[in-house]
Amino acid sequence: MAGPLSYPRADGLTGRLSDLFWRRPGVLLALLLAPPLLWLGVIYIGSLFALLTQSFFAIDEFTGMIRREFTLKTYGELFRPANFDIIVRTVSMAASVTLASVVLAFPIAYFAARHARGRWKVLFYLGVMLPLWSSYLVKVYAWKLILAKEGIISWALQGAGLGFVLDGILSLPVIGGNSLSVSYIGTFMVFVYVWLPFMILPVQASLERVPVNLIEASGDLGASSRQTFVHVILPLALPGIIAGSIFTFSLTLGDYIIPQIIGSSRLFIGQAVYAHQGTAGNIPLAAAFAVVPIVVMAVYLWIAKRKGAFDAL
Amino acid sequence: MKHIQTGCATALVAVLWAGSSLAAQMMTEIGAPEGQVNIVAWPGYIERGETMAEFDWVTGFEKASGCKVNVKTANTSDEMVALMNEGGFDLVTASGDASLRMVAGGRIQPINIDLVPSWNTVDPRLQNAPWFTVDGVHYGVPYQWGPNVLMYNTTVFPEAPTSWNVVFEEMNLPDGKPNAGRVQAYDGPIHVADAAQYLMYHQPDLGIKSPYELNQKQYEAALDLLRQQRKLVGRYWHDAFIQIDDFKNEGVVASGSWPFQVNLLAGDGAPVASTIPVEGATGWADTTMMHVDAANPNCSYLWIEHTLSSNLQSDLSVWFGANPVVPAACNDGRGMQTAEGCTTNGFDEFERIRFWTTPVSSCESQDECVPYYRWVSDYIGVIGGR
Repeated sequence: MAGPLSYPRADGLTGRLSDLFWRRPGVLLALLLAPPLLWLGVIYIGSLFALLTQSFFAIDEFTGMIRREFTLKTYGELFRPANFDIIVRTVSMAASVTLASVVLAFPIAYFAARHARGRWKVLFYLGVMLPLWSSYLVKVYAWKLILAKEGIISWALQGAGLGFVLDGILSLPVIGGNSLSVSYIGTFMVFVYVWLPFMILPVQASLERVPVNLIEASGDLGASSRQTFVHVILPLALPGIIAGSIFTFSLTLGDYIIPQIIGSSRLFIGQAVYAHQGTAGNIPLAAAFAVVPIVVMAVYLWIAKRKGAFDAL
Repeated sequence: MKHIQTGCATALVAVLWAGSSLAAQMMTEIGAPEGQVNIVAWPGYIERGETMAEFDWVTGFEKASGCKVNVKTANTSDEMVALMNEGGFDLVTASGDASLRMVAGGRIQPINIDLVPSWNTVDPRLQNAPWFTVDGVHYGVPYQWGPNVLMYNTTVFPEAPTSWNVVFEEMNLPDGKPNAGRVQAYDGPIHVADAAQYLMYHQPDLGIKSPYELNQKQYEAALDLLRQQRKLVGRYWHDAFIQIDDFKNEGVVASGSWPFQVNLLAGDGAPVASTIPVEGATGWADTTMMHVDAANPNCSYLWIEHTLSSNLQSDLSVWFGANPVVPAACNDGRGMQTAEGCTTNGFDEFERIRFWTTPVSSCESQDECVPYYRWVSDYIGVIGGR
């Protein structure tokens, strides 16, 4: 063939654009990434930043007006006993809900992942997902009726002559109360019920990925089933547990509807944020409260990373 | 050329300025209807028969006036203020904690009561109420009002309790069992005012003039009373329907409440009734107010007249468990309300009700009062057991 090989020159805007993208792939990348990055940067981080900024202002004690100058006074207020109670209460609730979810979810997920087959498996998926398809509020109101003083649990226990058990549990200090529906126990039960699917699904996914031959090898090498569980299955399932715990922990930290409907009216962080904005106009304190779950989650993820939870990722 | 431009600009500025100052003035006559009116209202306040067919006070107005009614509901007073500040609306049904804020912010135009033929039928007790009348100028027309009553279980209380002490002091109720765990209180910080009102009667030496204007000492006393109440209350109420459920299923027998819940429970056959004890009660009063730049002022005036003269006052008071601002609406058969219904809703107790206003630091009755944001943070502490 004579002469250098030449390609026909691309004409028109589309042609020139496609030339540009071919010669400088960076431009195409930037163009494709710009919208999601703008979304993330402006809408997500931007609003978060606006919130953070608010928390460094303080409300003027006398006029109730917000003074727009840098101060840490509002963060100091978080440590006043009444406010610190709210933080401790919310974090302990989130921690206990997460622990209970792990304990409940693991056997369910294990059975669904390793033993259920065919229709049973479908049934398990349905059973876990079904509660997620109905309205959150409907579920919470239903639980209010179930846990009420004149509700089905206390009715059934009275009928079985076991009313004293319930009374005994409810007479416990702090977590007890007048009835299940006005005690921390009730709040805890409903939290666990509502967030449990968010623990089961990631744990099940991680258990399904544990290779069967590793378990068989463990048995061939003489490990008891308990040793296999502790040294093989559990470490391999840990990323799933951590993922699930991030869901249950952060969802409980932020929720403000369940403790308002079920419980003793003592505030959780979400409710405190809601109460301080609005007519009260104490946006700085509301913002400072909103920063607490962010910090708690950051610490939680840092600890999880240190413990090697993400090594298997 | 240059000076013509300057002249034009000056004229334009003059026209704009005159326009804006005209808008802030009262209307002197009602012109042709614009075809629509945009209202910011509480949920359930403006019904067109879509929730329940018999509760309709809009379609008749639309037919008669040719003004289509567009409603934007708002759930809190703050939302209402925000929407009105944004603009684009003609009217708002403002509560006592929002009305003066909007007047002070210059968002509301005065109402020419001569253009509202039914003005003289308005309850004389409300015609010059301080939450919408400033220096003798009316910045709105009353819409509806109601008390925060004491609701009680009639099997536990054969006779109506005479004092709010059943929800504030530890005691045995008439059925011989203690009240702890069987009474409730509102979970909004404004409940501090109920405690202050109780102290106003029982501890006159505190010198409380208004439950919404408390100095530090009076405020501390009210908080102490609320801390005592915390020991009696299992759960505070926030949502009307949750309180209804608590009276049915949770064994609650006495609580501050609204006639709304009393009517719904009584309608359901539950053994409840309500009363206003000797100490009096707090309450709310709402006003129809008009935006300073309302785009549809003529339809707005027609609607305001409609709120007073039609079935609205009567049927709304049934629907909401509230009281008409036109006394005749209680018994002249324009709607479903009856004289007994008005009595149940507290119509005769007007003098004993102290209407809700937002506590501010610069208050009338004393040098300095505790402002609302501190009510919020301290009431949170009280409910948390501090």
